[in-house]
Amino acid sequence: MTIDEIVLHSRSLLDMKPSQVIKKTQETYPNVRGFAVFPVYAPHEIIHAAGLMPVGLYGAGDQLEITHADSRFQSFICSIAKSTLELFLADEMDGFVGIAFSSICDVARNLASVVSRNTEGIYVEYLHLPQNMASEQSQTYTRSEYERFRRKLAEHVGRPITDAAISESLKLYNEQRRLIRAIYAYRQDHPGSISAAELTCITKAGTRMMPGDYLTILKDVMEQLPQRPAHARDTVRVVVEGAFCEQPPIELIEAIEAAGCEIRDDDMMLGWRLFTGDVSEQGDPLTALANAYLNESVYCSTRHDYYHPRTEGLLARVRDSGAKAVLFTPAKFCEPALLDYVLFKRCLDDKGVPHLKLEFEEKMWTFEAPRTEVETFAESMLFD
Amino acid sequence: MRTTIADSKDYRGTVHKLSRDIISDWLGQLQAATKTDTKSAYLMVSGNCVEILRCFDILPTFPEINALQLAIRKNSLPYIIKAEEIGYASDNCAYVKADIGYTLDGGIGEDGTIPKPDLIVCNFVGCNVYIKWFEHCAEIMDVPLVMLDIPFLREDEPSKEDTQYVITQLKELIAKCEDLTGKKFDMDRLREHLAYSARAEQGWAKAKNLCKARPAPYDAYFDAINMMGPINALRGTKEAADFFDAAVEQYEHIVEQGLGVVDDERFRIVVEGPPPYPYYRNFRGLFEAWGAVAVQSTYSTVGGTWENGFCHDPERPLESIAEQMIIHNLCNRSMIERYKQIHQYITDWHADALVIHSVKSCRLFSAGQGDMREHFIRDLGIPTLMVESDLEDPRYYAEAQLKNRIDAFFEALTYKRLRSTAAAEAAAAAATQGD
Ligand code: SF4
Ligand code: SF4
Repeated sequence: MTIDEIVLHSRSLLDMKPSQVIKKTQETYPNVRGFAVFPVYAPHEIIHAAGLMPVGLYGAGDQLEITHADSRFQSFICSIAKSTLELFLADEMDGFVGIAFSSICDVARNLASVVSRNTEGIYVEYLHLPQNMASEQSQTYTRSEYERFRRKLAEHVGRPITDAAISESLKLYNEQRRLIRAIYAYRQDHPGSISAAELTCITKAGTRMMPGDYLTILKDVMEQLPQRPAHARDTVRVVVEGAFCEQPPIELIEAIEAAGCEIRDDDMMLGWRLFTGDVSEQGDPLTALANAYLNESVYCSTRHDYYHPRTEGLLARVRDSGAKAVLFTPAKFCEPALLDYVLFKRCLDDKGVPHLKLEFEEKMWTFEAPRTEVETFAESMLFD
Repeated sequence: MRTTIADSKDYRGTVHKLSRDIISDWLGQLQAATKTDTKSAYLMVSGNCVEILRCFDILPTFPEINALQLAIRKNSLPYIIKAEEIGYASDNCAYVKADIGYTLDGGIGEDGTIPKPDLIVCNFVGCNVYIKWFEHCAEIMDVPLVMLDIPFLREDEPSKEDTQYVITQLKELIAKCEDLTGKKFDMDRLREHLAYSARAEQGWAKAKNLCKARPAPYDAYFDAINMMGPINALRGTKEAADFFDAAVEQYEHIVEQGLGVVDDERFRIVVEGPPPYPYYRNFRGLFEAWGAVAVQSTYSTVGGTWENGFCHDPERPLESIAEQMIIHNLCNRSMIERYKQIHQYITDWHADALVIHSVKSCRLFSAGQGDMREHFIRDLGIPTLMVESDLEDPRYYAEAQLKNRIDAFFEALTYKRLRSTAAAEAAAAAATQGD
């Protein structure tokens, strides 16, 4: 496929409800079933090694009318929580064996309970990913949490999940993450070769495909990128920060780009490209995955790492990507993103890095207002 | 014996006074420490390990209690606004905002009421906001932070790795405290503190269980705050243990006398969620007007669910601290566990209804409470009222609206009761006629 076709294909996958994604996949892999991963991260390799398709569950965007979930979650709760529950209540999760939530925030934790109470026959897992990267026991603990997940998932699918299978999956996902890193890097070196909106579609759709097929797509993209004309415009180079969980609508990304910003780096779909390098393919795969989470993760709002503060992470991201400003895009009501904004803002103000905050929610229909805001912001920078 | 308001106010006063005295004493120590080099550390309330700090004479300080006090004294709003001015969102937990606003305003440190901590101990027990809050404190005040990552209770029991992870982190905290104070850790001293904790916890359990009496001797939501300070902040001291002995004695006496919180205890309720501290008395009044008394509450168990029988064990010091942090407090347990806890309260404490106070600030409590309401009404047939405001931000308290909802709820309950009494009488009359 050409990149344009890939983007179109990706958009069509993003327009599907999760049950439709599984149906579509079953056309090629008749027996496959899905396992949903609520952001930010879960060890996808274990799920894949169980013979399941790990599917990123980022709410339902504007695909679904919220009719039941509003009465369960109050008005001051982020949209991803409500639309995720709605997917279950509206029977849009057919073909899924289960879902994994993790210790990212209070809403996700309670959502795991509410989903499990309102569903039958679905395995709902809540992973306590570590918040202490530096204890002597962190590695043993993290590995044991992955082991617990492996054991329970194996019980649910009724067959063992072997080390060998996890190692095989690890190689696939390593390659996937490596290619995504390479595409991001290529885009930085060749501005305009692929837009952020296009790239986000592709990374997001990747969580709705079998990883092997996704690799083919990523390779196609990588191969064809040099043939795409890079057209550097007179733009403000920015980093997008705060979209690690609920994903901004693609239209918002388009609006940011149309308003004169070039997105150099971002934290969208973070959990699927969390690691700075390859996870070790040597030895025990669960230990390797635990080590990667503890020691080789990109900074993230839902992961405390005392010795590597997020503010330093953001500054490095700005510096390394050559960005001149930061656009904060927290989901409306997202406590981790909104709280992190305070320290980020303080640090950027201190270093003289301009920034702008744009809150979003799933049911956003018009993007004129944020576009104008970004335009004004970008203009003020261009004429500085 | 008929209960009278005069009696009830008197006993409410006694325990309240005892509590106020020991809490004031502790706050006095904090104030004094702003001017000396007494070591102090920040801790969070839920599932804390305050006993470890006591072994090093490190004064424990609780930013949550600071926020609570600002609210109950109706002082929180200016600090919340101050925090919003530096970037906090209107949707962020207002406990954090009030405390940070207070810090920025000079409330912490030499010229304030609370000493600048030497160490920030982040006992991450359930609430993810704790982590952010303490990251902010550490950054703003430039104080080292120790993370105690407590695995959430996601199976019936914690795994041995969960427990070992916590114990190792406790040992790492101990090493930090040794560095900070230059004092050597003494396990026997920890045992002594834990023995005091256990005595207080047994008192807590007895006191909570006394509310099974009809009428209940105190309001287990509004008056429970008198016990929450001592059990959470002063646990591990002789003063707190003595306080509970005295409180239990007092409450037993009240039960023997058959006194209640109000003249006529008409409704026994279980309350879920934190109270609206800025309007504590007003809110209480809305229930008392109906003779509604809380016989149990979930909020009172954020620090520990000791009424179920757990207490710290001096013979298994670190193990029992770890168990307390992982298993025996509301915050580290799932919503589904909370549903069970509430149901048990309603059954064993003979309650008529559940009242959910949904606070915007605290998503740990509130996210999903609509589902809780569904469950209690539809699956369990328990009359349930859900009202919304906030625990810290006075701007979210709309009394007229709350009053309407609460009045309508208790009117309906009254009517329901009248109907069932009438139906029972009619049935009895019919049975007599048939004789
Ligand atoms: S959007 Fe934010 S608040 Fe909502 S589930 Fe995700 S991390 Fe939690
Ligand atoms: S969210 Fe709730 S538990 Fe957490 S800090 Fe705020 S008030 Fe406390």
